[in-house]
Amino acid sequence: MEKNRVVMKALKTAFPYTIPIFAGFWFLGITYGIYMNVSGFSFWYPMIMGLIIFAGSLEFVAVSFLLSPFHPLQVLIMTLMIQARHLFYGISMLDKYKNVGWKKWYLMFGMCDESFSINYSAHIPEAVDKGWFMFWVTFLNHMYWVSGATLGGLVGSLMTFDTNGLDFAMTAMFVVIFLEQFLKEKKHWTAWIGFLSAVTCRLLFGAENFMVPTMIGILLFLTLFRKPIEKEGGFL
Amino acid sequence: MTMVQQFITIGICVVGTVLTRCLPFFIFSSKKPTPVYIQYLGKALPSAIFAMLVVYCLKNVSIFSGSHGIPEAVSIIVVVLVHIWKRQMLFSIGAGTVCYMLLVQFVFTA
Repeated sequence: MEKNRVVMKALKTAFPYTIPIFAGFWFLGITYGIYMNVSGFSFWYPMIMGLIIFAGSLEFVAVSFLLSPFHPLQVLIMTLMIQARHLFYGISMLDKYKNVGWKKWYLMFGMCDESFSINYSAHIPEAVDKGWFMFWVTFLNHMYWVSGATLGGLVGSLMTFDTNGLDFAMTAMFVVIFLEQFLKEKKHWTAWIGFLSAVTCRLLFGAENFMVPTMIGILLFLTLFRKPIEKEGGFL
Repeated sequence: MTMVQQFITIGICVVGTVLTRCLPFFIFSSKKPTPVYIQYLGKALPSAIFAMLVVYCLKNVSIFSGSHGIPEAVSIIVVVLVHIWKRQMLFSIGAGTVCYMLLVQFVFTA
């Protein structure tokens, strides 16, 4: 009984933090489900992909993987490129995800941008179990995403209006995430390094092959300019 | 693509994602401090990566043909302005997407 009380208390504390994510994930999840639907996939696809991949940006890109010729190596490289940022979330969460028992496995699996952001920044009251709090944040976000994607996949077939251009939601999402990051910074060295590396490599290597050189370029320039960037605070 | 190839493709997405989310926990034991260089990258990378992802979304836009990237440019400006105005992620994404859909469906019809 005592355990139930601890678990429920953590849920009550966690839920309000996830309300904005609910709105965002339903909008993007439904959009993603519709996008899958109009691309010719049954609702099972967005539902199961939402459940087992649980990564918004990659799932949008995965639609184009599924519509292209089979190319597993390219899919793996693209996946690792798009998801590489999680490596750094993990580094930030090494301490916070300690001592939470079996829940650590699920927390690692479900560490999307939003779950990471909340679990990293939330001030969890002393009386609330941290492990269960982070579990509920991750779990609620996961369920919002899966239900939105499923719903989009189901109602997509009932859509009578022209959905051409709907996939721009993904671009808009990245623009907003980038802008949020940009507005927080004092200097923008790292943003410029990322932008110029990507544009230059896109022009040099073409639309299909520029991501790997871009990542290498970013690592190279971040390493070369480490001293001035750290001195000037070229990031938050 | 056959159904088996689809399942393999989705499976690779799962494995790749889980790998990037779990690897630091396996490499850096919580008993030892994280190397300073890795800590630096953790702070410096996010902006660079988000900038790269915006470019990635626009990789197929051509300035010299089709609609010359005008719908994309206009819609991104809308997203940025609305976001600076309201600071509501959902609202900014919605406004930009509606703007883009209207432009490609009614103005820049191919």
